[in-house]
Amino acid sequence: MATNRSKKIASVKKEAVAWVFVLPYFLIFFTFTVLSVLISIYFSFTDYNMLQPPNFVGADNYVRLFLNDSVFIKAVGNTFILALITGPFGYLLCLLFAWFINELSPGIRAFVTLIFYAPSISGNMYLVWQAIFSGDAYGYLNGTLISLGIISSPIIWLRDADMLLGIVALVALWSSLGTSFLTFIAGFQGVDKSYYEAGAIDGITNRWQELWYVTLPLMRPQMLLSAVLSITSSFGVGTIVTQLAGFPSVDYSAHTIINHLQDYGNTRYELGYASAIATVLFVIMVVSNFAVRRIISKVGS
Amino acid sequence: MKKFKLKKRRLNRSLGGDICINIFLLVFGCFMALPMVYAICTSFKPADELWVYPPRFFVSNPTLKNFKDLFNILDASTVPFSRYICNTVFVSVVGTGGHVILSSMCAYALCKFKFHGRQVIFNLVVLSLMFNTTVTAIPNYIIMSKLGMIDTLWSLVIPAFGSSLGLYLMKQFMEQMVPDAILEAARIDGAGEFKIFFSIVMRLVIPAWLTLIIFSFQGLWNLADTNFIYREDLKPLNYALNQILSGGVTRVGASSAATVLMMIVPIIMFLLSQSQIVETLATSGMKD
Repeated sequence: MATNRSKKIASVKKEAVAWVFVLPYFLIFFTFTVLSVLISIYFSFTDYNMLQPPNFVGADNYVRLFLNDSVFIKAVGNTFILALITGPFGYLLCLLFAWFINELSPGIRAFVTLIFYAPSISGNMYLVWQAIFSGDAYGYLNGTLISLGIISSPIIWLRDADMLLGIVALVALWSSLGTSFLTFIAGFQGVDKSYYEAGAIDGITNRWQELWYVTLPLMRPQMLLSAVLSITSSFGVGTIVTQLAGFPSVDYSAHTIINHLQDYGNTRYELGYASAIATVLFVIMVVSNFAVRRIISKVGS
Repeated sequence: MKKFKLKKRRLNRSLGGDICINIFLLVFGCFMALPMVYAICTSFKPADELWVYPPRFFVSNPTLKNFKDLFNILDASTVPFSRYICNTVFVSVVGTGGHVILSSMCAYALCKFKFHGRQVIFNLVVLSLMFNTTVTAIPNYIIMSKLGMIDTLWSLVIPAFGSSLGLYLMKQFMEQMVPDAILEAARIDGAGEFKIFFSIVMRLVIPAWLTLIIFSFQGLWNLADTNFIYREDLKPLNYALNQILSGGVTRVGASSAATVLMMIVPIIMFLLSQSQIVETLATSGMKD
């Protein structure tokens, strides 16, 4: 009886200690993330505009989004195209690069890792692409193509509705490799070498088999994290569009959901409507994440 | 004997495959490095080389004039330039430090203590990795104005404490790298929970820390948009540079100089911590 009671006291005490560790972080996280999402969902059913108190309008914002806002529908299409290019493709590239780099000797490996990671730590370095895709003959791409005789007059890359989305995808891919890539690097280096020897004894004869049967199953936590980061950033392309192509981009040809959200949130102050856009984006991101997680849990099995 | 070892190929690696891999890395490496090399070259170009036709990629007569121009432009700004630097350094250092400590504490409790709600908390954090912070920008503004944080540097620092990526990383790492046996042994020796955390756990997770530091610092250092700050003297460095350098074609050289200067700090940090990550991971591979 007495031991039972003291056990109970000990477990209550342990729980209290746990909360001391958790609370400082959790309070901040809760306020700026969980609460924010809830507020955003609530606003999405109102006509809030910052000046007047919000009125409940039911699903009006969503009806307007999907039935009366052709720019939004276009933005959804663009966002999905960009996400399909930068998401899976970027993910596989990160995996390949990290795997290949892992084969190099440590000194070279550190240097090559820096080259691939630098685009995502160097802030607004992507603005350099503006100079490369610049529309006059001084632009590097135009200059090169003209001097090679491929084109005769400069192409206005960033004002061309047919090409803009492709260029944005290229730049997004270039600048988004970093975080997932680094996670993979860490994953590859964490694999114990003895697993490779054991694999060879079990009949693995080439590097691809080794990757699939030995390495990848061992680094599933890193693969999962990389996937989540890739998906989130692939649906989050927005600033790059504004910086490269201006706002709005020609014919809304590279307009993404994030751009649409910023338009209504920061420029028009239709916060209720903007919250509905945010909520739709939230649902898209979360649903795709859960879908991809199911795929990754099958790797190597 | 030694020669034989050098010539022997590693397990499951063919020569042809190694060559293909190196070519692949070389091609993509050039593509990744292109904008950086361009920015560095441009920042050292004299005016006549900036506007030569056909455009030349590399610099032939390097000069420091662009950097001097940059500092002249910055000298002329109404808010002293050192103020912007202080703002960014404060936000990056305090935000990163707080984030590393708070999220490690929380991650420790999440993986080593059994308490009610721990699964809920972790699921919420994982869920929050799945969406972009743009989604919460509007409610964040309202919350901050209620808390009186608009127009203070805390509006940039405090949310950084609660960033979810760090917690996720730290928890994944602790689960693999902090054995329960060590914690139990320390408890039997009479160590308090905070002592265990700061002197044992934190030491075991140094590679994870460095990763957290890089991610957090890089984000804060490069911060340029200030939805929460309107006072000119509280704006971050990157914002100021973008603002000053949106002056168009005449400032191409100075703007390249600014880009190069801004990227030096995160790159040096990454270089320093990368070597340590490699080192720590190499030794941790010896375990079990």
